[in-house]
Amino acid sequence: MSDNQDSREQTAAGTFADRRKQQEAAGTAVTSGEPDGLSELDKSVIRALQGDFPLVAEPYKELARRIGISEELFLERVQALNASHKIRKMGAVLAHRNVGFAANVLVGWEVPPERLDEVARRMAASPAVSHCYDRNTAPGWPYNLYTMLHGHSRAECEQLAHDLAEENDLPQDARVMLYSKKEWKKTSMQYYTE
Amino acid sequence: MNELTTFDKSLLNLLQQRLPVCSRPFAELAAELGTDEDIVLSRLQFLKSEGYLRRIGTFFNSKALGYTGTLVALRVQPEYMSSVAEAINRYSCITHNYEREGRYNLWFTLLTAHKADEERILNEIRQLPGVEGLLNLKAQKKYKVNVQFKLH
Repeated sequence: MSDNQDSREQTAAGTFADRRKQQEAAGTAVTSGEPDGLSELDKSVIRALQGDFPLVAEPYKELARRIGISEELFLERVQALNASHKIRKMGAVLAHRNVGFAANVLVGWEVPPERLDEVARRMAASPAVSHCYDRNTAPGWPYNLYTMLHGHSRAECEQLAHDLAEENDLPQDARVMLYSKKEWKKTSMQYYTE
Repeated sequence: MNELTTFDKSLLNLLQQRLPVCSRPFAELAAELGTDEDIVLSRLQFLKSEGYLRRIGTFFNSKALGYTGTLVALRVQPEYMSSVAEAINRYSCITHNYEREGRYNLWFTLLTAHKADEERILNEIRQLPGVEGLLNLKAQKKYKVNVQFKLH
């Protein structure tokens, strides 16, 4: 009985020590004191990841080298940032105009408030919609749902918006089509640089 | 610009969905596509240089990193458009800025870690010559953020 207890305590102590060692190695021990839950290590991993991804055989080793840590630790922190949903996506975003999707439009919809959630969910499910957010209205500005639609032409965008209105039982005059005339800026956010 | 090959389209469709987190991610993608790591890398370098790829990399959940985003619409007198747009472009926390058709003719997105920064920046922008109106359209809920184009 007491033997059992001893070995159990030893195991527990061993586990704790191991965990603490792992936490220290992973930088999570530092995490607890940070108001936004991110250690300095994780912030440097984020800064390394937010640029262009190296197109080389061992890209994570290259990124790890830039911030002076091992590839193993770098990969572990990326897994952790994925698991905690701080990373939304890793992968490619295409230059949509160059792959045939020449036209896009931001559409503001006027949706009855009690139907907003239902309509937003249905619109988000459409493959033509890349972004779907509900937003506050303003005096003289009744639009409370915004979708970005992508098509091959302006006519296709008009048709997509027409169809989305019909599918969602919205009047055809209850939207604003905000076609872009000029792209003044399009960049990726650089986090933790200021 | 060259036409995309069938292989390019498969590669781009796959890479739009995921980039593996492991020591040799391109070898893993190559295995899925039935080819070699070298071929995947050289093709991606080519597609990037030809301008098909906006970015390969990591996209963060700004809210989970402690940032708050908003969409801002401005009504700008047409003769002031370029000076206002250029002033807005100078803010690093403004990542997208588009001139659009309609009454509100300049639209931008703003990401800040502190509410006070957002207020300060919007006040500065309100006071730019030629700005006649500003709507701060805060998102209540994100239903979808997923820029993927299935190539056939």
